[in-house]
Amino acid sequence: MTEKTFDTQSATGSFSVNKAARYRGELQGASRLLPHWLRNWRTPEFLLRLLSPIALLLLWELASQGGLIPQRVIAAPSQIGGTLWAMIASGELGKHLLVSLQRALVGLSIGVSLGVVAALISGLSKRGEVVLDSPLQMLRTIPSLALVPLFILWFGIGEFTKIALIVVGTTFPVYMNLFAGIRGIDPKLIEAANTLGLNRRELIWHVILPGSLPSFFVGLRYSLGISWLALVFVEQINTTAGIGFLASDARDFMRTDVIVICLLIYSVLGLLIDGLIRTLERFALAWRPTFVRN
Amino acid sequence: MSNIDHLDPSKSAHSAAPVQLRNVVRQFGEQRVIDGLDLDIAPGEFVALLGASGSGKTTLLRSLAGLDSIDSGQLLVPKARAAVFQEPRLMPWKRAWKNVILGLHIPNAKARAVQALTEVGLAHRLDAYPATLSGGEAQRVALARGLVREPKLLLLDEPFAALDALTRIRMHRLIIELWRKHTPAVLLVTHDVDEAILLADRVIVLANGKIAEQVSIDLPRARDTGQPGFQAIRARLLNLLGVEVESAVVAELQAPISTVRRFAHG
Repeated sequence: MTEKTFDTQSATGSFSVNKAARYRGELQGASRLLPHWLRNWRTPEFLLRLLSPIALLLLWELASQGGLIPQRVIAAPSQIGGTLWAMIASGELGKHLLVSLQRALVGLSIGVSLGVVAALISGLSKRGEVVLDSPLQMLRTIPSLALVPLFILWFGIGEFTKIALIVVGTTFPVYMNLFAGIRGIDPKLIEAANTLGLNRRELIWHVILPGSLPSFFVGLRYSLGISWLALVFVEQINTTAGIGFLASDARDFMRTDVIVICLLIYSVLGLLIDGLIRTLERFALAWRPTFVRN
Repeated sequence: MSNIDHLDPSKSAHSAAPVQLRNVVRQFGEQRVIDGLDLDIAPGEFVALLGASGSGKTTLLRSLAGLDSIDSGQLLVPKARAAVFQEPRLMPWKRAWKNVILGLHIPNAKARAVQALTEVGLAHRLDAYPATLSGGEAQRVALARGLVREPKLLLLDEPFAALDALTRIRMHRLIIELWRKHTPAVLLVTHDVDEAILLADRVIVLANGKIAEQVSIDLPRARDTGQPGFQAIRARLLNLLGVEVESAVVAELQAPISTVRRFAHG
């Protein structure tokens, strides 16, 4: 069918490909025997990708059933599934999930708002930068979870401390990224805006804010990750509700199935929220070359 | 002391030159980028500015656009001016028509934008984001954005330099068409000698921050490089810019050429 020639002998050596055209309907080998619909069958990509996780789950189940993996190390997948169903049915999981989500959202919205306001102040004015930027940069280097002892002394072990820790963790990523975004706007665009006669308010609204939006989204995603992380941590201190409470409670009773369920919840929610941000980006940043469709 | 005046359209006499520069100096440190420059541009005149890199072309254009100040001298420019740069400098987050009317406070803004984009042949790309436009299309949007402001002075800073040769030819035709229609005074900064001769009424050669030479181009329009007299002007300008031209062309240059008129400078 294919004829490749690579002539190295002559001085004007050449490489040529001569391929005969293949006619539609021309069949080779065993596929002639298959019915038409089966011949054209293509397994969807995601099904193929699911194969190895399913195989792993099966192995895990078999190992648990055979006593290779004791239950106090980790529960069998079937047991985890059963417990999950029971917790959903009884409404227990929903209750804890709601409490956790509420904490994360309240902390996140306060933290993001603070970060945005601070970034606007120091990004848009030189004076603001002088006043705000260096203290914020110094505070940024303190890991927020290291503040736990101090916060407990100041605010007690109630809800306030939990929210405050999430706030502290989520403010800085937004601040850092939005500030960099505002300062990183192409000066040529600012120049163009000046020749077009935009005043300062219009410059901020039409040029600087839309231009720094992609950086804001980067910061927002970091903040979301951190709010989740902080949640896991703060819900281990003196709580009676929330996914973190569920996990630490399960630890005390050696319920590895419940602990795995908590981990699952964290990862599924993380994925969902990331998907939400991606959708928001598609709308807000529709002008970006990666999103633009002709 | 620098002295920058904006022309008040109500007071300006009909014949007054919209652009008047007297003994303008701009220096960065010890280096005088513009050194005692005098320049008048008449209403509706198309002036091209040639010069080697570092001759002060871009600095001059930036001063006229109000992006840079001058250190001494007098500079008179109309308030209604627009600039088109080498890169289109469109806001990537705004659709083409919104880019055109950015910063304008007029009723029926959309209608004006549609009209301006139709003029540059982009009526079908009104809602396109800049990222989806080709280089030529983006530059035409930038042109529409300048002209929709009805400028008395249009500043063009190598606007065709980044375009491919075919697009450039189309843009040359378009710019002449629009210039005829809107009659702004135009100052075109370019490296391309042919482009300068094709488009301009007058070509100014800048060297060391001063006008080294002015050549008035009296070739009839529409011009092309094969026109009688074109090559002679080209050779002359290239010589002024320090490029050796073959002797045959220079010999042709020696013959009396009525189309080349030299202005005394200063």
